[in-house]
Amino acid sequence: MKNEWPLWEIFIRGQHGMSHRHVGSLHAPDAEMAIKNARDVYTRRNEGVSIWVVEANHIAASSPSDKGPLYEPSESKVYRHPTFFDIPEEVGAM
Amino acid sequence: MYAQMIKSEATQDDPEKLAAFQARIDAGEKIEPKDWMPEGYRKTLIRQIGQHAHSEIVGQLPEGNWITRAPTLERKAILLAKVQDEAGHGLYLYCAAETLGVSRDEITEMLLDGRMKYSSIFNYPTLNWADIGAVGWLVDGAAIMNQVPLQRTSFGPYSRAMIRICKEESFHQRQGYDAIRKMAEGTPEQKKMAQDALNRLWYPSLMMFGPSDKDSVHSAQSMAWKIKMNTNDELRQKFVDQTVPQAEYLGLTIPDPDLKWNEERGHYDYTDPDWSEFFEVIKGNGPCNVDRLAARNKAWDDGAWVRDGLLAHAKKKAARQHAAE
Ligand SMILES: [Fe+2]
Ligand SMILES: [Fe+2]
Repeated sequence: MKNEWPLWEIFIRGQHGMSHRHVGSLHAPDAEMAIKNARDVYTRRNEGVSIWVVEANHIAASSPSDKGPLYEPSESKVYRHPTFFDIPEEVGAM
Repeated sequence: MYAQMIKSEATQDDPEKLAAFQARIDAGEKIEPKDWMPEGYRKTLIRQIGQHAHSEIVGQLPEGNWITRAPTLERKAILLAKVQDEAGHGLYLYCAAETLGVSRDEITEMLLDGRMKYSSIFNYPTLNWADIGAVGWLVDGAAIMNQVPLQRTSFGPYSRAMIRICKEESFHQRQGYDAIRKMAEGTPEQKKMAQDALNRLWYPSLMMFGPSDKDSVHSAQSMAWKIKMNTNDELRQKFVDQTVPQAEYLGLTIPDPDLKWNEERGHYDYTDPDWSEFFEVIKGNGPCNVDRLAARNKAWDDGAWVRDGLLAHAKKKAARQHAAE
């Protein structure tokens, strides 16, 4: 609309040394205000120790129709998982 | 509920696509914003999520009314935190609605000019401190009844918003019950106030679940799409069954002389609210409809210079930075 604040996607790092995780979005005039608003909207109960904000229109995303070409190739490569290989018990943990 | 009487939009999409879409929902898959979806699904959800969001925002008014007059500093801090949560709930839900292609300003303006509704419950006044306890206990209690199953709704952003909201709602109901319990266990005068609050808010709380199933014509499509998880009467019954023992513990009487345990059904029998009152409130003729909309319009108009000013400042700063690079 005429004068709407841009949309920001909000990423928060939880307490436990995890990656930042997408938690939602909000409107703000600039990055500084987006961080302040994210503090109020998404961390009212100690949910985070760090906040990233990214303007939503800067995010490029894969499209649902690419699902096949993107992810099917990995389905046939079962040897990428450790359970593919039988290791004799005598060898011990591996 | 917070979304009452949501009419399912008719859909005129390719039958093959519709069948594939329904199969995804039946398999328990989540629908995400960029996925194909029927136009009716999109429109119904915008209306439902929007109405839910508006309810969270307008719902701040009856409680905000008592922040400055809370009986102790602790109650004041608790109520402030509760009302702040409701603002957050509104924001989570507006963002979920926006992923369906409606802008924040558009959806706000539809509330402000009356094209979109909010829950009928917020058109009732909070006359005294006992009402604040009763609102947390009954109104948030009723909201939880419907929000818990909605965590499993088919639309991903709506489901995620519900999960966040449900994490916070239990605090809301418990602080309300704690506040009204203090009064029910207080002086005879305080107990009378608690009873009076229950008397006034009981039927409006039952109305939150929407009309009786026999008059609720739009449920089937929404239930198939998993954007409505239970019928109105199912949830209302659940609410009554849960609330009666809570009132008994307080020594308060539910204002329904015909309320009694039905051994055979395993549920309480209860009296339906006066549906003509409900429809009047929905039409705009409740005790506070005019005040509520006026307050929201005033906040929007008075805030215009802040929104415009901050945006102008951000643009100027960005331009200056651009020039310096
Ligand atoms: Fe809420
Ligand atoms: Fe709440």
